Amino acid sequence: MHQTQINRLEATALNVREHIIKMSTDGGCFVGASLSAADLIVYLYSEFLNVNAGNLNDPNRDYLFLSKGHDVPALYGTFAELGLLEKERLQNHLSLNDNIYWHPNTKIPGIEFHSGSLGHLPSVAIGVAMDIKIRGGSNRVVCIMGDGELNEGTCWEAALVANAYKLDNLIFVIDRNHFQANMATEDLIPLEPLHDKFTAFGAAVKRINGHDFEALHEAFSACPFEAGKVNVVIADTVRGKGLPSIERRADRWFCNFNAEEVDSLLKELHGEHTTQLTSETLVVR
Amino acid sequence: MTYEELLTETALNDDRFIVMTAENRALVRNIPAKLGNRFIDTGITEQTMIGAAAGLALRGRIPVVHALASFLSMRAFEFIRTDAGIPKLPVKLSSFIPGFLSDGNGPTHQALEDIALMCGIPNMTVFAPADEDDLVKMLPQVWKHPNPSYVRINTRKTDYAHAPFEWGKAEVVSIGEDVTILTYGLLFEQALIAAEVLKSEGLSVGLINMRSLKPVDERAILEATRESRLTITLEDHFQTGGLYSIVATVLLKHGLTANVLPIALNERWFKPSLLPNVLQHEGFTGKQVAERILGYKTFFTQPKMAVPEFSE
Repeated sequence: MHQTQINRLEATALNVREHIIKMSTDGGCFVGASLSAADLIVYLYSEFLNVNAGNLNDPNRDYLFLSKGHDVPALYGTFAELGLLEKERLQNHLSLNDNIYWHPNTKIPGIEFHSGSLGHLPSVAIGVAMDIKIRGGSNRVVCIMGDGELNEGTCWEAALVANAYKLDNLIFVIDRNHFQANMATEDLIPLEPLHDKFTAFGAAVKRINGHDFEALHEAFSACPFEAGKVNVVIADTVRGKGLPSIERRADRWFCNFNAEEVDSLLKELHGEHTTQLTSETLVVR
Repeated sequence: MTYEELLTETALNDDRFIVMTAENRALVRNIPAKLGNRFIDTGITEQTMIGAAAGLALRGRIPVVHALASFLSMRAFEFIRTDAGIPKLPVKLSSFIPGFLSDGNGPTHQALEDIALMCGIPNMTVFAPADEDDLVKMLPQVWKHPNPSYVRINTRKTDYAHAPFEWGKAEVVSIGEDVTILTYGLLFEQALIAAEVLKSEGLSVGLINMRSLKPVDERAILEATRESRLTITLEDHFQTGGLYSIVATVLLKHGLTANVLPIALNERWFKPSLLPNVLQHEGFTGKQVAERILGYKTFFTQPKMAVPEFSE
């Protein structure tokens, strides 16, 4: 991957993070999970998926399913940067006059399926991947799951079925930000060794740094990793990535910042300083 | 025509159809060989099967999905509601051994709240055929409709020739002045027997096959409760949330009340045994239903009922 390409992706991701931070006020959003997934989503829509404003109904497009759901600000931010969604509409977050809320929904063009209930979209993605196989198509299906989401048994049911049907056109991407809602995954329901778990389920697995565009490109360019095997990309990420004041903090899952904090966090994003978060911004749900 | 023959013919004539099962092949034994990769068995994964069915429907397919009624309606409930109900996808649920048809399995397999659950999902449609003839008469319309559907599969063979299926309509066999029995599913067979007993005792008896539970035939309910001194709701379902509740809702909506006797499973599961024994033990044979309505015993002989074959 050329450095210019990487620079472009980094610039886009920075803008997406700005959008996320701006959506984390007036009701707030799941800012930590959105920031961890931002690079992943920017990469996939910029470089990997053949999805654009002109082909959203083309049956030969690639599909992305955002199963973890609550990181949708990263997706909407990416849509806004890539021309799938008018940037002004991001200001309608939680407005009754639009459909931009805490979880994805299909009223927003480009959203393939609604989510919010964890462990659902791996199976929906399987259905789409099965149909593409039946029709002999070459499009690919990506399903992004959270690591906390892997507590849900249906993720593993889906892994069994994807293996049984040899869905090598399907890529499960795990946003491995090492946190679930309120605490570190390994302190609640340990997931490691995660690579081995998916390998044992018959998947072809790659584990990479989910903030490294070159690593992302190398991994996704190699899909299918092995003919006849479902692909799993474990993307190690940092919850809250880009904002040191909330990075890796168990208590910064859902945040509703005040206006001053948003201003300060935007500066922090650009490395100007770190923010002293003093107001009541923590909401645990 | 059998269920399997109809499904095979439908799927062979229309390649949008995909036949799915969570390893419940009793109804679809010969279909894998006929449909090839349009037959999908996801193993014992009701939830994943429903999610995958939604994904297939997104791609323009019409998945006809098979699983045992209790696991389909309850274990996969949230997947049905969230992945088929919210987006109104044409996921066609074929729910096997509902109600008393689970005979000897025990309470784990007794789907006695499935109608309550499925009727509660916006966009869902719900049907309960009286027998195989009724089933194959309704399915072409049910499968072609754009909404998701839940069908209490009943492949029992009877001698009764049903009227053609009309969307959202009950099959009004007759309206009685003294009593009208509203029922659905396999108890239609017993209701026919009950009506015979009641007639022989001199009563004017009506019978309505409530084959379409959602949308429900409000006119049939209003007519029965208006014309009959007594209306019976007879069902192999919990009393809460089934036909009795539907009738109550329809009456209240129209500002009416009526003399309605529910015969259902009230706050309990049934004693597992072979189907004829279950009906006898639980008081759901035609003779027992008639005697309950009459308030006295009769000399009528309940006809023998064929024991269904084990088929899961």
